[in-house]
Amino acid sequence: MRYLSIEPTKPKVAVFDFTSCEGCELQLANKEETLVDFLKAVEIVNFREVSSAKSDDYEIAFIEGAVSRSDEIERLKKIREKARVLVALGCCACYGGVNKLKNAFDLSTANREIYGNYPKDSMPVRAIKDVVPVDMEIPGCPVNKEEIERIIQHLLLDINYNFPVYPVCVECKQKFNVCMFEKGQLCLGPIARAGCSAPCPTGGLGCYGCRGPAADPNYDEFFEIARRRGFAEQEVNERLSFFGGFNGIAMGVQK
Amino acid sequence: MLFKLLDKDEFKNLVNILLQSNEVIAPKQVGVNVTGKTLHQYLPVTSFDEIDLTYETTQYSAKTYFLPYKENLSTYRFDEKDWKQEIRYRQEPRVMLGLHACDIHALLKLDKVLARDNFPSPYYIARRKNAFIIGIDHEPCEGGFCRSLGTDTVNNGFDLFLTDLGERYFVSINTDLGYRVLLQVKTKDVTEEDTRKYLLTRKSISDAFQTHVNVQNLPNLLDLEFESKVWNKWGQKCLSCGSCSMVCPTCYCYGVTERVSMDFKSGAKVKQLYSCNLVDFATVAGGHNFRPNRETRLKYRYYHQHRGFVESYDEPKCVGCNRCGRVCLAEINPPDIIRDIQMEER
Repeated sequence: MRYLSIEPTKPKVAVFDFTSCEGCELQLANKEETLVDFLKAVEIVNFREVSSAKSDDYEIAFIEGAVSRSDEIERLKKIREKARVLVALGCCACYGGVNKLKNAFDLSTANREIYGNYPKDSMPVRAIKDVVPVDMEIPGCPVNKEEIERIIQHLLLDINYNFPVYPVCVECKQKFNVCMFEKGQLCLGPIARAGCSAPCPTGGLGCYGCRGPAADPNYDEFFEIARRRGFAEQEVNERLSFFGGFNGIAMGVQK
Repeated sequence: MLFKLLDKDEFKNLVNILLQSNEVIAPKQVGVNVTGKTLHQYLPVTSFDEIDLTYETTQYSAKTYFLPYKENLSTYRFDEKDWKQEIRYRQEPRVMLGLHACDIHALLKLDKVLARDNFPSPYYIARRKNAFIIGIDHEPCEGGFCRSLGTDTVNNGFDLFLTDLGERYFVSINTDLGYRVLLQVKTKDVTEEDTRKYLLTRKSISDAFQTHVNVQNLPNLLDLEFESKVWNKWGQKCLSCGSCSMVCPTCYCYGVTERVSMDFKSGAKVKQLYSCNLVDFATVAGGHNFRPNRETRLKYRYYHQHRGFVESYDEPKCVGCNRCGRVCLAEINPPDIIRDIQMEER
């Protein structure tokens, strides 16, 4: 179907999972009312969750998850060689995600804690861009299917896609929410990137910043607000490190 | 203006009559904040008991019922050769019950821009024309400085306006429609004693204002203080989160994006309210940003409120509700900023 005289391309798409919960992949298979059209718009050639096809001939590779094992590095490099466009899909792929929390511990202790006497091959968690060059990053835990649809449309029509750069507060206000701080809860909304439509504050949970920082976030003032409202540095810093998007940012540390 | 007296049980009858054939939006308690203060919002109600007319203020203004945060301006359907456009204006009747004077003034200001200026918005006008507005007097809200801006009382922009005299309401009738609606319930004529009581109530409200902001000659003062350090002081604090504009009853800036359906057979132009404090507000094609700094963006928001709008419409855009001041986590608020600017000149 031509749109505004542009004939969309129908690229061969592959989706691969690395260290993750596969929830972002599940999002790709979500939103049933438009799923058929979504799957028609591209040619899925390799995507374990939706198809038995297993081709190595693809143009766009979506990478879900972070890298936490040596065999994943080799696999990722091979995918990078084959893909024309490599997209990091979701928070784990973009920032390391929740998996990255283990980097704060001694790895052999962490391994023993989880696997007991059967330790697994494991290394510090890395984001995809720390291993191979990434052409596009789609943040979120999980990714937002509506946004994915828009991104795919832009890719097919070869039009640049612009992610929102403003903080979650905008979308949170547009949901008529009572501010989480007003309720006495910590929230990363003022410094975290929007595009999610603020589902967490809308559901009563302060933002954890799964989409990473907004453009030019005002950390100094944010920490001042957290301090004034009685939140301890440890609580704020744990929140900031939860998804790995605020790498190197911490309250009480001079920049 | 005509005046009538309305007993409170008759007022309840009036609301029930309005509820029968209209959507009614009214102040409703939605919770309490961390300090135990009650929080209200203008929300659709289905019974009289849900309404709380004693509310101090609402976090969100009544604006969103006239300028929704997101609005579908136009949808398109394509086939290979042609396309069809469909536009829908919201025309269903709606009662806005219990608006304070500041919110009515805000609509009057929006009218100047969106209903009467060079580019009237049919989307706004349709919503505005089909709204029946009942205002109500109230004790000053915390931090509110509407009295300084002359928006604590209102003479038009509503159908009915209530002042609570205890057992009954003193009703100002401003439109034919308001008069005819009021005919459906029992009203009484105003006696001299009622008039005296009304004026006393008005005076006690007037005298209760704690927050005063001197806005005299403010547009010129702002021009003179364009380079003031005051902007840096407050700009450094700004989170650029846009919350002030979202809750502002008169901020109307927006962006339009195109949405395409996944089958590429239809599309829509979607309008979304935006804020001049957001980092990319002044980013243009090619990526250049005319206002890359927080302090510049914050300054221009104040310039639109208290200078630019005055030059265009002979009055500030701000109604003094202080919703922006209350919502701002960084505690940026108009009374403090304007006071700082005035101190610069001494």
